[in-house]
Amino acid sequence: MTQPNRLAGGQINRDAPLNFHFDGKAYQGYQGDTLASALLANNVRLMGRSFKYHRPRGPLTAGSEEPNAMVELRGGARQEPSTRATTAELYHGLMAKSQNRWPSLAFDAMAINDRFSTFLTAGFYYKTFMWPAAFWEKIYEPIIRKAAGLGSLSMKADPDVYDKGFRHCDLLVIGAGPAGLSAALTAGRSGAQVILADEDFAMGGRLNSETLSINDAHADAWVAHSIAELFAMNNVRLMPRTTVIGAFDHGIYGAVERVSDHVHIPDEGKPRQILWRIYAPKTLLCAGATERPIAFDNNDRPGIMLASALRSYANRWAATPAHRIAVFTNNDDGHRTAIDLHAKGVKIAAVVDTRLDAPFSDQYEVLKGAQVIDSKGRLGLTFAELRLADGSERTLECGALGVSGGWNPNVHLTCHQRGRPTWNDDLAAFVPGGTLPPGMSVAGAAVGLFSTHDALQSGAAEAKKALGIKGRAAPVPKAEDAPVTQTPFWYVEGCSRAWLDQQNDVTVKDVKLSHQEGFRSVEHLKRYTTLGMATDQGKTSNMGGLAIMAELAGKAIPEVGTTIFRPPYTPTAIGAFGGRMRGMEFHPTRLTPSHFWAKERGAVFVEVGNWLRAQWFPIAGETHWRESVDREVKATRASVGVCDCTTLGKIDVQGTDAAAFLNKVYCNGFAKLAVGKTRYGLMLREDGIAMDDGTAARLEEDHFVVTTTTANAAKVYQHMEFVRQCLFPDMDVQLISTTEGWAQYAVAGPNSRKLLQKIVDADHDISNEAFPFMACANITVCGGLRARLFRISFSGELAFEIAVPSRYGDALMRKLMSEGEEFDVTPYGTEALGVMRIEKGHAAGNELNGTTTALNLGMGRMVSKAKDSIGSKLSERPGLNEEDALMQVGIKPLDASQKVTAGGHLMKATGPVDAAHDQGYVTSAAFSPELDSMIGLGFLKDGGNRKGERMRLVSPVTNLTVEVEIVSAHFVDPEGERVRA
Amino acid sequence: MRYSGFKVIKEALTGHKGWAPAWRDPEPQPHYDIIIIGGGGHGLATAHYLAKVYGEKKVAVIEKGWIGGGNVGRNTTIIRSNYLLDGNEPFYEFSLKLWEGLEQDLNYNAMVSQRGIMNLIHSDAQRDAFIRRGNAMMLNGADAEYLDLDQIKKEYPFLNFNDARFPIKGGLAQRRGGTVRHDAVAWGYARSADSRGVDIIQNCEVTGFKIKNGKCLGVETSKGFIGANRVGCAVAGSSGRLMSKAGMRLPIESHVLQAFVSEGLKPVLPGVITFGAGHFYVSQSDKGGLVFGGDLDGYNSYAQRGNLPVVEDVCEGGMAIMPMIGRARLLRMWGGIMDMSMDGSPIIDRTHIDGLYFNGGWCYGGFKATPASGYAFAHLLARDAPHPTATAYRFNRFETGHMIDEKGMGNQPNLH
Amino acid sequence: MIINHPILGPRDSAEFTYLGDAAMIDRPDPDTASPQDWHDYAYLRDNPAGTHRELWWHEGGDRSWLVITRNTLTHEISKVEIARDVARKMGRSK
Repeated sequence: MTQPNRLAGGQINRDAPLNFHFDGKAYQGYQGDTLASALLANNVRLMGRSFKYHRPRGPLTAGSEEPNAMVELRGGARQEPSTRATTAELYHGLMAKSQNRWPSLAFDAMAINDRFSTFLTAGFYYKTFMWPAAFWEKIYEPIIRKAAGLGSLSMKADPDVYDKGFRHCDLLVIGAGPAGLSAALTAGRSGAQVILADEDFAMGGRLNSETLSINDAHADAWVAHSIAELFAMNNVRLMPRTTVIGAFDHGIYGAVERVSDHVHIPDEGKPRQILWRIYAPKTLLCAGATERPIAFDNNDRPGIMLASALRSYANRWAATPAHRIAVFTNNDDGHRTAIDLHAKGVKIAAVVDTRLDAPFSDQYEVLKGAQVIDSKGRLGLTFAELRLADGSERTLECGALGVSGGWNPNVHLTCHQRGRPTWNDDLAAFVPGGTLPPGMSVAGAAVGLFSTHDALQSGAAEAKKALGIKGRAAPVPKAEDAPVTQTPFWYVEGCSRAWLDQQNDVTVKDVKLSHQEGFRSVEHLKRYTTLGMATDQGKTSNMGGLAIMAELAGKAIPEVGTTIFRPPYTPTAIGAFGGRMRGMEFHPTRLTPSHFWAKERGAVFVEVGNWLRAQWFPIAGETHWRESVDREVKATRASVGVCDCTTLGKIDVQGTDAAAFLNKVYCNGFAKLAVGKTRYGLMLREDGIAMDDGTAARLEEDHFVVTTTTANAAKVYQHMEFVRQCLFPDMDVQLISTTEGWAQYAVAGPNSRKLLQKIVDADHDISNEAFPFMACANITVCGGLRARLFRISFSGELAFEIAVPSRYGDALMRKLMSEGEEFDVTPYGTEALGVMRIEKGHAAGNELNGTTTALNLGMGRMVSKAKDSIGSKLSERPGLNEEDALMQVGIKPLDASQKVTAGGHLMKATGPVDAAHDQGYVTSAAFSPELDSMIGLGFLKDGGNRKGERMRLVSPVTNLTVEVEIVSAHFVDPEGERVRA
Repeated sequence: MRYSGFKVIKEALTGHKGWAPAWRDPEPQPHYDIIIIGGGGHGLATAHYLAKVYGEKKVAVIEKGWIGGGNVGRNTTIIRSNYLLDGNEPFYEFSLKLWEGLEQDLNYNAMVSQRGIMNLIHSDAQRDAFIRRGNAMMLNGADAEYLDLDQIKKEYPFLNFNDARFPIKGGLAQRRGGTVRHDAVAWGYARSADSRGVDIIQNCEVTGFKIKNGKCLGVETSKGFIGANRVGCAVAGSSGRLMSKAGMRLPIESHVLQAFVSEGLKPVLPGVITFGAGHFYVSQSDKGGLVFGGDLDGYNSYAQRGNLPVVEDVCEGGMAIMPMIGRARLLRMWGGIMDMSMDGSPIIDRTHIDGLYFNGGWCYGGFKATPASGYAFAHLLARDAPHPTATAYRFNRFETGHMIDEKGMGNQPNLH
Repeated sequence: MIINHPILGPRDSAEFTYLGDAAMIDRPDPDTASPQDWHDYAYLRDNPAGTHRELWWHEGGDRSWLVITRNTLTHEISKVEIARDVARKMGRSK
C-alpha cells in the first residue's frame, strides 16, 4: 500500500507496518504513528465535521489539544466516541469512523447549516423557538438534540476493566520534554523518589518533533540517553501514556495511565486504564506550551494547522498533509516549520510573516508584512489568499498551511486550585502566577522559558530547589538559546467568518456579537458563544477570544481576565474514575455467619445495606414468596423459628461509667438497670428526634452490650464515640463495635426455650423463673462454648437471642436446626421477621425515619425528665409536642381481602382527598397470617385517641383507595403474655 | 427589544447590527426602594417579579462579580417538584408551574425541557418511602408515577439489569420534571428585570450594612454607599459571609458540591435519572453532554472545588447503574458553594433587623426553586409577609421545632 | 486531602467522616442553659470563609475524633488535635 505523503526519517518503525481502517477504507501506517499521522501520510486530511455548521475538519494540532480530528474508535461495546486521532496510537487492525456527518464525511447533508450560518449566530436559540409554547419540546428541541453531540456511545456496558492505584514520591515531574527530563535526571541522581509522567507514548516532548541538537548531536540521542539513565534508576518511575489530570488538595494528583489503549483488546488480566492517585509533596510542572493560531477568514479548512503540528508530523512521523505548503506566522518559530519541511523535500510555497522585519531565507520565499486573508478548498485547503505589505492581494497555491501565532504556556494544572495565571507582556501570554497549588513549581516552556537551553536549565534548577538538593548542579547540556519574544497578533480583519473555536464553530464575529449584546465578562462570553467549551476546553481558542474581548472593551488582556481551568487536563473515561467498583463489586457484600448454611437451604437473599440477608427459605412446592413467608410466621408462632440477626449493630460498652454513659445516650434511664437484665433503649439525636432504638444488656456491673438497628449501626457507633470523646471526655467508658465479632440468632416461639435447653450447658438455668423476660447472661453452650443469651423478643413470642463468636455461627445454626428437628424448627428470613414485628407493633426503620419523635412512636413518656440525655432538651420544643401530633397506630382494612400499602396516606372517611386534609401515612404493611388480613403500621394525627375510627387509606400513585379501621398497633398478644411465658 | 424568530431573521439579513445589550450597565443611584444583594438566579428572579408582579419601580440588584456566576451558572440544571413534606411540595410545585410558563414570561428561550425525572428504587423500604412521596406529590396537585421493573426496563433499557449489586426494583417518575439551560435563566431574568427598570450593577461588592437603631438603611459597597428602604440578601453559598456583616449567625453551613459534564454525545438519555443506591444522578444536555453529580464532598468549603474521592464515588455510581458510560469521557468538573441549611430546607424570611430580608439555605436544590424563590422573596419584600407557598420557610422553625427535614437527617447539614 | 493524625501520622481524608464545627463540643450546661442556648448550639454556625475548627472522625482508622483547623477557602490544614484533649481544655469532664 502506498503512503503518498510519507516523508523520510521520523520515529516510526518502517519494519512494522500496521493495517487499519478509517470510514471503512483500508490504509497502512507504521508502528509509532498516531491515527492522524497515518491518515496524513495516506493523503487523508478530512477527518471530521464541526459541531454546528458541519464544516469539514482536519487536524489542527498533533497532540491532546486537538479540537477537530475526532473519531469514533473501535466498534461494538468498545466503541469510543470523540477520540482524538492526534493522540490515538496506531495498532494493527484499528478501526475508526468519522463523526457527526450523514450520509458520509465527504458529503454531509447537515452541512446545509453552514449556508444558514448567518441565522445561527451566538445565542440565536435564546431568542427564538418560543412560539407556540408547546413547539419547543415537540418540534425544535428534538431536532436540536439530534444534531447535538459529536460521537455516539455503543449503549452497551463497557467490557473493559479499569484499575485504581496509589503512588508516592518525593517529586512528581509532569511532562517529559527537555525540562522534565532534565528535572528527573537531577532529582533521580540525588536519590529522591521520582515519578516522571507524560501523556505521550514517547517521552521527549517537543524534542521529538524538532530538529534541535543537544550537546552537538541530534536531540533524539540525548532523549534516548536520558530515558535509559532514568530507567536504570530504582528510585525513578517512568510513566509514559500517563496524563496527570488534576492537582487536588495537599499534593494529591490524579493521573490516568492508558495501559491498553494502544492495542486492539487489553491483554488477558490487564486493565484498559489505571487511575493513579499520586501523593507528591513536591511537583514540578513541565507541561510545555501550546501553539496558538491566528484567525483569518475560512481558517478552518482541512490542511490548515498549527505550524508546530506540521513540524511534528514531518519530523516525528515523517508525514505531511501535502507536498506544497505555506506558513503564516508572526514569530520566528513559524520559520522552523518551513526550514524543516523544506529539508524533508516538501515544497514551501511561501512563508507569510506579519512582521516587516521577518527573517530572510534563501530556501523559500518570505512575504514580510503580509497576512493570509482567506482560504479556498471545499474539503481541504487548495489556495490561500494573501494581502501583501503593499496592500496588493495574491493567491498562493498550497495543500497545507502552518499557522503560528506564538506559544501559550500550559498553565492549566497551576490553576486547578483556583490560582490565576499572570500576564507576561514580553511573551504576550499568560504564565503561571499567583498562588500555585502548594508544593508545585514550574519549569521550561510551561513557565514561559521557550529556548531548549532554558528548559534544560530551569528543569534542573527547579528540581534542585524543590528537593533542597545541595551542591553544584551538573552542567546543563549544550542547546540552542535563541531569545524568544512574541508580539500579539490574534486575527486578520475580514468580512467573512474567522474561526476561533473550530469544534464549536465560534468565530470572531460571534465574539463581537457577544460583546455587542452585553456579554462582556469572560465567563459570559464563554457561556454565550460556547467558546472554549468543546472537548479541547479552549486550549487553542480561548486566548484569541480573550484578546478580541479586550480589544472591544478597550482593555488590556489581563484586565479582561481568564476563565478558570478545571480538571481534568484532558477528557478522561468515566470508567477510569469508576475503577472496579461496578457490577457486583460496586459495594462490598457483607455475609452473615449463617450465609452458606442458608444458601444450602435454598434461601432467597435480599440486600440490606451492604449485608446480604436471607429473605425467606422456600421449600419444595412453594411457588409464591407469600406461601413461604406465611409458613415461616405460622411455624414460629406455633413452635419455634430461628432467624439470623447478626446484622444488628452491637456495641460493647465497658467501664465504671458505662451506665452513666448510657444514661446520656439513651433518653430513658439505665443507671438502675440490674446486672443480668436487658432494657429497651430509645436514642435521640440532639435535636430531639428519634435516632435509633435497640437494647442494652447489663452483663456485668461495668459491662453492657448495646444493639442498634442494622441500618444505623455505623451512625450510632459514631454518635456514641462523639458523646464519649467530645462531650464527656473524662467518663471511664470504652466502646467497641462487635457487630462482626458475634453471630447472633433469634430463637422465637413457644418451644424456643425447649430448643435452647438442649444446647445450653446444664449449669445455666434458663427456666422462666431463673431467666425471665429481659434477662441476659454470659453462658456456655454445646459443652463449653462461650455464648451470650438475651431473653428479648422482636416477634412477640417467647424468644431469645443467642450469640456466639462469629466463627461458631455456622455450626450453631446447624446445631439449632438438628436439635430443633423434634420441634419442627423453621428458619425464617427478613420477611417473616418483618411480618411478626408489624403484628407486634414494633417500630423499625420505616418508623424510625429520622423525622419521628418519641411521642410519635408512642414512647413520649420514656424521655426521662429526671436526667440529662442527648436530645431531651430540644425534644421539648412545641413543634415536637403538638396536641394533634402524629401517633403510631395500627391499620386494618375493613374488608380483609383488601390491600394495605405502605406509603399510602390516611384521609377521613368522608371529605376531600388532598394534602390539606392529610391525616397521616402508612409506614409498614404486611399480610398477617394470624389475622388473615393485611395490616399496617402508620402515623396518624392524634392517633392515640382515634382507635376504632374508620378512614380511607389512599395511594393515588398506585391507584388504591381502601377503607380501613384504626386499631392498636399491637395486633398480636397486646398484653404481652407470650413473651413472658 | 422583543426577541422573536422574525427579529432573528431580520438581524441576520442586516448584519446583526441591531442587537442591543441584553441589559444596561448602570451606575448605582444613591437610593433605591429595594436592593437585592446577589445577581444569581434567585436575586435576578426576585427583581423580575418585584418589577413585573409587584410593580416596584426603584429596584437594584447588586452583584459582586458577573451575573449568573454563582450556582445558577454551575449546576446540573434539573427542575422537579418531587418533594415529600407539606412545607416544601406546594412551593416546588409552584416553581415548576412558573418554569412551565417561563419563556413566554421572559421572552427568552431558557430551553425548559420537561423530559421527566426518574428516581430508581432498589429496596422495599425505598419503595415504601417513594410511594409515600409520590402520593404526597399527587395530593398536592403535582404529577407522579410509580413504575415497576418492567416499565423501567422498557424505558431505560441501558441501565444495569444484569449484575447490579443493588438490583432495580422500580422507580418514581415525575414526567413534568426535566432540565433547563441554566445560564439562560439568569440572563432571561436579568434582561426582563432590566427592561422593567431594575438596575443591575455588576462588579459591585457589598462590604457592609448600614444599620441604625435596629433598622437597615442601605449597604456599603465597593462603589460607595447605596441607600435602600428594604434590602434582600440572596447570595446562596455566600450567605454566611454576607450576613456576618450584619452580625448574624445562620442555621447554614457552606459546603462544596461537585458536578461533572462529559463530552458531547449523540442522544443517549431520555430524561433525568437518579440512582437510589449510590450517589449519582444524570441527564443529557441539549448540547449532548452528560451532566451528572452526586454527593457533597462533605466538609465546609468556600473553595469552589472538590477532591478526587467524591469524583470517584460519583463515577462508581454511574458505572454501577449505567455501565455503558464507561467509554464516555468526563470533560470538566467543578464545585459550587452550597448553602446547606440545618434541615435541608430553605429560608425566605425577615431578619431581626428591620428592613433586612434573607433568602438562602437552598442546599444543592436551589436551581429548580429559582422562579418560586424569586416570586416568594419578591412577595415578602413587597408585602412584608410570606408568600402563601413559603410560609414554612422561617428562621424560627428551629426554635419552635417545625423543621422541614425531607431526608430525616437532623441538624447536620452535610447529610441533607 | 491529607490529615496529619497526631498519633497515626498523615492519612488520606477518605478514611475520615466529617461532622462539622468544633463548637459542637461546647454542649450547653443542661442545668443552666436556656432554650435559646440550646437552639444556638444545635442550629447556628459561624460558617467562616477562612479558618475553621471542625470535627472529623477517624472512622476507617483508630476511631478517634479530631479537631482540625482548616481554611475553608484553601483547604489548608494548619492544626490537628485529639478532640478529647480539646474537650478537656474547654472544661468538659463527665
